[in-house]
Amino acid sequence: MTGSARWAAFLPTVKMTVAAIFLALVVGAFLIISSTPRVIESLQYFFSYPWDFFRYSAIAVWDGYTALLDGSIGSWGSLERTVERAAPLICAGLGVSLAFRSGLFNIGAQGQLLLGAIAAGYIGFHFDLPPGIHLVVAALGAIVAGAFWGGIAGWLKAATGAHEVISTIMLNYVARFLILYLLAQEAFQRPGSDDRLSPPPADSATFPTLFDVHLGVVLAFLAALGVWWLLERSTLGFEMRAVGANPDAARTAGMRVPRIYFLAMAIAGGLAGLAAVMAVLGQGSSLNDNIAGTVGFDAITVALLGRATPLGTVLAGLLFGALSSGGLSMQAAAGVPPELAQVLQALIVLFVAAPALVRGVLRIKAEGDGGTVMAKGWGS
Amino acid sequence: MKLELRGLTRRFGAFTANDHIDLTIEPGEIHCLLGENGAGKSTLMNMLYGLLEPTEGEILLDGEPVTFANPGEAIEAGIGMVHQHFMLVPVFTVAENVMLGREQTRGLGVLDRRKAAEVVRELSSRYRLEVDPTALVESLPVGVQQRVEIIKALANEAKVLILDEPTAVLTPQEIDELMEIMRALKAQGTSIVFITHKLREVKAVGDRITVIRRGKVVGTAPPSADEAELAEMMVGRAVNLVVDKDAPEVGKPVLEVSHVSVVDSRGHTVVNDVSFEARAGEVLGIAGVQGNGQTELIKSLIGVMRPDAGSVTLEGRDISRRGPRDSLAAGIGYIPEDRSHDGFVGAFSVRENLVLDLYRDDAFSRGLSLQRGAIEENARERIEEFDIRTESMETPVSSLSGGNQQKVVVAREFSRPLKVLIASQPTRGVDVGSIEFIHQRIIAERDRGTAVIIVSTELDEIYALSDRIAVMYDGRIVDTVSPDVPREQVGLMMAGAHQQPAEKGSA
Repeated sequence: MTGSARWAAFLPTVKMTVAAIFLALVVGAFLIISSTPRVIESLQYFFSYPWDFFRYSAIAVWDGYTALLDGSIGSWGSLERTVERAAPLICAGLGVSLAFRSGLFNIGAQGQLLLGAIAAGYIGFHFDLPPGIHLVVAALGAIVAGAFWGGIAGWLKAATGAHEVISTIMLNYVARFLILYLLAQEAFQRPGSDDRLSPPPADSATFPTLFDVHLGVVLAFLAALGVWWLLERSTLGFEMRAVGANPDAARTAGMRVPRIYFLAMAIAGGLAGLAAVMAVLGQGSSLNDNIAGTVGFDAITVALLGRATPLGTVLAGLLFGALSSGGLSMQAAAGVPPELAQVLQALIVLFVAAPALVRGVLRIKAEGDGGTVMAKGWGS
Repeated sequence: MKLELRGLTRRFGAFTANDHIDLTIEPGEIHCLLGENGAGKSTLMNMLYGLLEPTEGEILLDGEPVTFANPGEAIEAGIGMVHQHFMLVPVFTVAENVMLGREQTRGLGVLDRRKAAEVVRELSSRYRLEVDPTALVESLPVGVQQRVEIIKALANEAKVLILDEPTAVLTPQEIDELMEIMRALKAQGTSIVFITHKLREVKAVGDRITVIRRGKVVGTAPPSADEAELAEMMVGRAVNLVVDKDAPEVGKPVLEVSHVSVVDSRGHTVVNDVSFEARAGEVLGIAGVQGNGQTELIKSLIGVMRPDAGSVTLEGRDISRRGPRDSLAAGIGYIPEDRSHDGFVGAFSVRENLVLDLYRDDAFSRGLSLQRGAIEENARERIEEFDIRTESMETPVSSLSGGNQQKVVVAREFSRPLKVLIASQPTRGVDVGSIEFIHQRIIAERDRGTAVIIVSTELDEIYALSDRIAVMYDGRIVDTVSPDVPREQVGLMMAGAHQQPAEKGSA
């Protein structure tokens, strides 16, 4: 296919995604209006001065969204924050995407990330290694730990047919309580403290910064490139995609389906582990019970929005990073609740998942489908 | 009721699936619609049944223009359709299936099953459609299930009955019975649209034949027209209906199957102590009605299924428990019966599907890295050699026509040296032009000294290719005969005549 034909094939998807973002912003505008006190007050005298209501609404929406834009890409500082927030989302999102392409719905990025965080954190603060080497060892440890956690779900699926949705959700719980347990142990606590907080990783195990951005973010983009190569250019990726699209035909063609399931989940877990590397070693964060935030779950949304492709995942990760970073400014500058950013994320994905709705509202003619990624049902 | 289509057109984007089709179906007529797969027969019928909206043109019933927004409206107007894939609920009885969608109740929402059973009995006696209204649909043979579909349409007072490829799933005997039923319906004034691509059937039962090619009506013919003539209209060029082949040069046995049994997940023995051998340079045809164990037998030959007993040896080595990867590597080529399920990955491009089981080869990959150049070169060559009609090598296989999809599978399996070729239903749903081509390639492979096993439910195909015919019934090979044995005898063996009297009244 020529470049332009390839682009044309993607166009409907791009259009639908932009439309979904637009619609989400419209709905968000109403939420801003309804959560601004001045606007609500103006409703009490709406029939005497209706103009006030509209004026205040417009100002609130304008202020809110300019703050969002400003806080996400408006300055060097906000760009930095956007990219740093996007990096772990991209990595974990790549893991979910890769599993998706192999026909697996990996809900376990959160757990895999936590395992990675435990490994990165512990290696980071416990050992004393030369700079650079320490960082590499800690990062590799996190990737291996994540891969191990993902691999468990993959192995269960391959060996016993256990559905990966269930096993990864359960492993998320295990991981969550594992980190809580570890943080209650002395080995993981700061000396002389009883808080559920580990010492920060040594400087020798944290990423150097360039223009105030830690260099870990570069890994996210390299990982995306790697996943692209794996999926599109390697025999393993060929097998993964075949198994994901039609496991029966893959098996008939001599592919070892269980092995692919295991490898896909292990690599997905490794990518979530890489997300943990950024979360922990990026700025030298101490392990705590909220070290992963909701990155592992947001990663699922990122992968869905990115249509399970590496490029899409990177773009979706950047968008979510921007929304999260801009959400802070919205609160600070415009008094909009920071939760709105999360609501926007949810709305975007909701609209992406319901292409018919978006087409109906915006009167877009259907051409091909919106390219929603479909998960396999329970039975399969 | 008289049904007329005037200038009926349906476009999908730039593609015109039906181009100004004019068709008149007289009351009490069996009108055959003949065309290759992808000629636009199904699109036409879907418009008639309210599943698709025509882009242009009109439908007239007894001279009155009508439009159908959904199948409900079409049924209301007296159009009934028996789909290729039955729309029955397996765990319901015949009567329950017939009343489905128009349930009658006796107050308090209690279903009136007795009334439904009466309706079924009444219809089955009037049209000689023998069916037991209280039988569970899942327990019925396919031919009888089809009768239930017909009864369902008649219960809705269908005046025009559309039968979409109704014979594809039937035994030769069941086909004869279906034709009897069609004649009985016709005698009572029902019009029938009979969609098929089998020339023999068209000639046997049709009153008038309309041939469709590439979305256009290319002509009509009386049933007296000869087969070669009809095939030429259908394909657009002269077709050789007989496979040219010389006597086989039979070599030594290559694949030996001994005492293979397979038990399915429900505990039924679906393959029962089957033994045979496939010899180099010879085509062994396995005839049998769908569901008599051929599927499981073949799957155990290539290692997708593990036989519960017995062995499959290829040149002395047991391959039955090693899995498909080893079987393929040992030199078995496999054309699966359900190509979209097992034969290709629909979402993959033609290029990718052409190496679906070859990518491991040194020619196409080095270490982890796929050799794109070689894979593209291979795609170019195969597309050319097998005349695969595709927009480009990047087109997803799922958007090709059935015949071209099959050519992708065939091209791939023929692109490596084979010792054994196992082809299951190699031409199912494939147009006449491609059938000819695929058959020629199979014979060419035989003449190269490959042992060929053909599984087919169509006797035409078995007779066209085989040097020996093994007949399967109820999991066993009933007999192995030479192709000189008359078709009728093989047909009877397929129906189990060796073991029990015909399945009359088994409903």
